[in-house]
Amino acid sequence: MYTGEGLKMLQKRVIVCLDVKDGRTTKGVRFKGNVEVGDPVEMAAEYYRQGVDELVFYDITASAEKRGIMIEVVRRVAREIFIPFSVGGGIASLDDMRSVILAGAEKVSVNSQAVKNPEIIRQGARIFGNQCIVLGMDAARDSSMPSGYRVFINGGRTATDLDALEWAHRAVDMGAGEIVLNSIDADGTREGYEIPLTKMVSESVNVPVVASGGAGKPEHLVQVLSEGKADAALIASMVHIQGYTIAGIKDELTKAGLPVRIDSGVIA
Amino acid sequence: MEDYKVKRVGVVDYDAGNLKSVETALEYLGADYEISKDPETLARTDKLIFPGVGEAGAAMDRLRHYGLDDFLREFFRMGKYILGICLGAQIVLSKSEETDTGCLDLIPGTALKFSGEGGLKVPHMGWNTVHVTGESLLFKGIPEDSSFYFVHSYYPSPDDPERVIARTDYGLQFCSAICRDNLYAVQFHPEKSGRWGLQLLHNYIADIGPRCIQGRD
Repeated sequence: MYTGEGLKMLQKRVIVCLDVKDGRTTKGVRFKGNVEVGDPVEMAAEYYRQGVDELVFYDITASAEKRGIMIEVVRRVAREIFIPFSVGGGIASLDDMRSVILAGAEKVSVNSQAVKNPEIIRQGARIFGNQCIVLGMDAARDSSMPSGYRVFINGGRTATDLDALEWAHRAVDMGAGEIVLNSIDADGTREGYEIPLTKMVSESVNVPVVASGGAGKPEHLVQVLSEGKADAALIASMVHIQGYTIAGIKDELTKAGLPVRIDSGVIA
Repeated sequence: MEDYKVKRVGVVDYDAGNLKSVETALEYLGADYEISKDPETLARTDKLIFPGVGEAGAAMDRLRHYGLDDFLREFFRMGKYILGICLGAQIVLSKSEETDTGCLDLIPGTALKFSGEGGLKVPHMGWNTVHVTGESLLFKGIPEDSSFYFVHSYYPSPDDPERVIARTDYGLQFCSAICRDNLYAVQFHPEKSGRWGLQLLHNYIADIGPRCIQGRD
């Protein structure tokens, strides 16, 4: 059972992540071998009808010439769904941020580019507000790091010198309003989120932490939202491939005593 | 055929955040709307949506810069409807704790900062339950205790508790919706709150004051 603060009625969010390549949704396992699973706008609309709380779109093409395809996807999503959504992948400048925000995204997510140029967090927060700037972080276990986790960039392929917890603090100090914390070790395994990492970061920063990587069944969300202290849980293949519905997942969260939003759907 | 004059909703644009999501929601609902920062243009509309994110002092500066502060006071005095959203729901009050800013003073009250006590993260960000405390046209057709999407570090606190039409729990029971005569204000983002957020906007544009929906119906 969830034994969080009784009066705190802020609901735990279930967020669906859609990896978009050349305008189509894919879901990778350990960042490799992406397989196409569908049209991102149709999928977003379906999850919206099912009652998802938020959506995340990662542009995994992120080559300059394909950038426009993603912006058009964002525009179409904004016309059909009326919940917050963020866009990440290849956001390297204030102009990139502006283009996705003006297309209708609520937030932008910066990952590798923020490591290479942390100032983008400060500048983005100053112009668009902290609530618009999400730090995406890929971290893997590494006992040589102070927190036990090292930050990776370039889709998890390149190690950095950064400690995950230190980087989280620094990014929040610079203006990141939320952290999407992806465990490279857990990602794609469907064996559960990386609880110690999530708990450590969530308890030590004063912005919401979204757990990512490893979800394979509703119990995994229950665990990371209670024991792991996450404010939200990111899922992908559970709904894209495994056949779970948002309503079914939320039902399990409710049974476990977690506060979740239960109303769903759009105006008929 | 009788003449049909479409009534218009004005959306107040004062560079305080992105209006795109308000715009797409109004498009979706078939509203007849106009987004403007020009007081003369907005004065010709029948009711206003007054959004905003960001910092209260900077927002007041921009309102003054565009001559929108006096315009909003006059619009309110004339009895025309205004719906404040998020920061817009705070700066309709007398003042804000945020940089100790004097605000529009359409409703006596103060925007207060969440203390962050008890380990509660600030800003209050995410979906939370809105308990409507009385009868209100604004919440017509919306089930009791529906959830809406919030992102804010300050919350409105009207001096007169009678003005509070909804409350939300985040460490304390703060005021999440206000009504004073022709003024409504909501701290959450109806344009980002799914089905019931759209219902609330529909109630405002269609059923409160002049009907501002395109076409005959």
